[in-house]
Amino acid sequence: MINVRNLIKQYGDTIAVNNISFEIEKGTVLGFLGPNGAGKTTTVRIITCYLSPTSGIVTVDGHDVLTDSLEVRRRIGYLPENTPLYMDMNVVDFIKFMHKMRGQDGATNKRISEVVEICGLEKVVAKNVSELSKGFRQRVGLAQALVHDPDILILDEPTVGLDPNQIIEIRNLIKTLGEEKTVVLCSHILPEVEATCNRVLIISDGNIVADGTPGQLRGSFEGKGRLSVLIKNNYDSFLENVSRLESVEKVTLKGKPTEESYELDFEIVKGADPREEIFNICKNNDTVLLGMKLEETSLEDIFRRLTGKELEQ
Amino acid sequence: MKQLLVLTAREFRSYFDSAVAYVVITLFLLIAGWQFSTALFLNNTPDLRTLFGIMRFILLFFIPAISMRLFSEEKRVGTIELLMTLPIKDWQLVLGKFLAAYLLIIITIFLTFVHYITIALLGNPDFGASISGYLGLIFLVGAYLSIGIFTSSLTQNQIVAFILGFVIIFVFFILDKVVFLFPGFIANIIEFISMDYHLNNISRGVVDSRDVLYFISMMFFFLFLTVQSLESRKWK
Repeated sequence: MINVRNLIKQYGDTIAVNNISFEIEKGTVLGFLGPNGAGKTTTVRIITCYLSPTSGIVTVDGHDVLTDSLEVRRRIGYLPENTPLYMDMNVVDFIKFMHKMRGQDGATNKRISEVVEICGLEKVVAKNVSELSKGFRQRVGLAQALVHDPDILILDEPTVGLDPNQIIEIRNLIKTLGEEKTVVLCSHILPEVEATCNRVLIISDGNIVADGTPGQLRGSFEGKGRLSVLIKNNYDSFLENVSRLESVEKVTLKGKPTEESYELDFEIVKGADPREEIFNICKNNDTVLLGMKLEETSLEDIFRRLTGKELEQ
Repeated sequence: MKQLLVLTAREFRSYFDSAVAYVVITLFLLIAGWQFSTALFLNNTPDLRTLFGIMRFILLFFIPAISMRLFSEEKRVGTIELLMTLPIKDWQLVLGKFLAAYLLIIITIFLTFVHYITIALLGNPDFGASISGYLGLIFLVGAYLSIGIFTSSLTQNQIVAFILGFVIIFVFFILDKVVFLFPGFIANIIEFISMDYHLNNISRGVVDSRDVLYFISMMFFFLFLTVQSLESRKWK
């Protein structure tokens, strides 16, 4: 559906996108992930024909963004970063305007009421866009991207600035839309991508650093496992016993030990699960086991390792 | 083509929704009417010549005021990104906006026709001269407006767009008045690119294709520059 080959984009001396290639199949919900300033928005702007590539080839459904840009634009519904809207228009007029500007006519009103329903805008159709809350504005932005029923939906950070309830609503909406459309979702919020996407592309400083399903990424980047254990007494003999386990590489005491409990951090061999053995040691050692938790490598760990940057959430 | 008219309709409506249209029309008619009636009673002659002179002058300020927001506002708010990713050619966007502003200013100008009716009741004004006067103005505002749109596409600040537009329009306006400062052959060139020279020809009732062509190429030239300025974002 979308094909990007050796794309480079330079702004003066700075290279925003540095020779990236990827392909998006029909029906994919792609999470386009990266820290701020990594090149997400630039890439998306090139796909939507707002910017031109410095070099490289970008095609959408076989149409080149440079030579056949109108055909490309016809196939895409786009929600730009920060959801720009015409503040002086009312919701239904705005959606209608965008519908007509895309050269669509015929059954306009029917389509508009469908989109209003999909995006949950029934209550605000007659209001001015400027009077709407951020959440509703975001939905209006989605509605204008959807109204011509495009095959491809490109959303640049659609949940920024929303409250948790609104975020979940928008995510569900994207999920539903993803069932029949190709969706590109730019984000720097990992749980969002995990919840909605079936493919993740991580970009950092203009380069693609990871590509795959959330599961695949976790699999390939899983290193040493981690286990945290909370015990109450007999610390020394417990420690001696667990150190003998083959699957345990290192044990460290976390925080200051108190009278009531010791919190231990285990570094374990990849793929191992020593929980049962630890339980048995506790039993034999008369140690009271207060808690035990095996930690999975999260996408967040992967992201941090790949991009060397902290996440916002 | 249909999309172009959809855009024109939206822009035109937006002038009225944002009250810009009411302010422009009211102020324009007030200033023109006041100046015209003062002159009418002083000169005691029933013709519209003074009215056209006044309008030429105040349009210098009104045109950039009407055109300043057309692209700069879209750039500031970011809606330009919505607009320019639609399946519509850039020149159609420019022309669509141009037509909306053109329509507004033509309506405003024609509202001054009421003064013709006034003097027609008082005396015997020259109808043909009045019509060619209006015709000339329509060409003139088209050229002014294309300059205003161009400066609006250069910046995201409306004030900058206004001042820049005013300055360029003013240069074209003043050329005719300073032409005597230059030696003969340069003077001819300056005269040819000055708007007033061509406007005077049309207003006199001599609608020569050269003058019409001059205004049309002015509009074409600045609208073309506008398209170029919008497209330059792609390569920056």
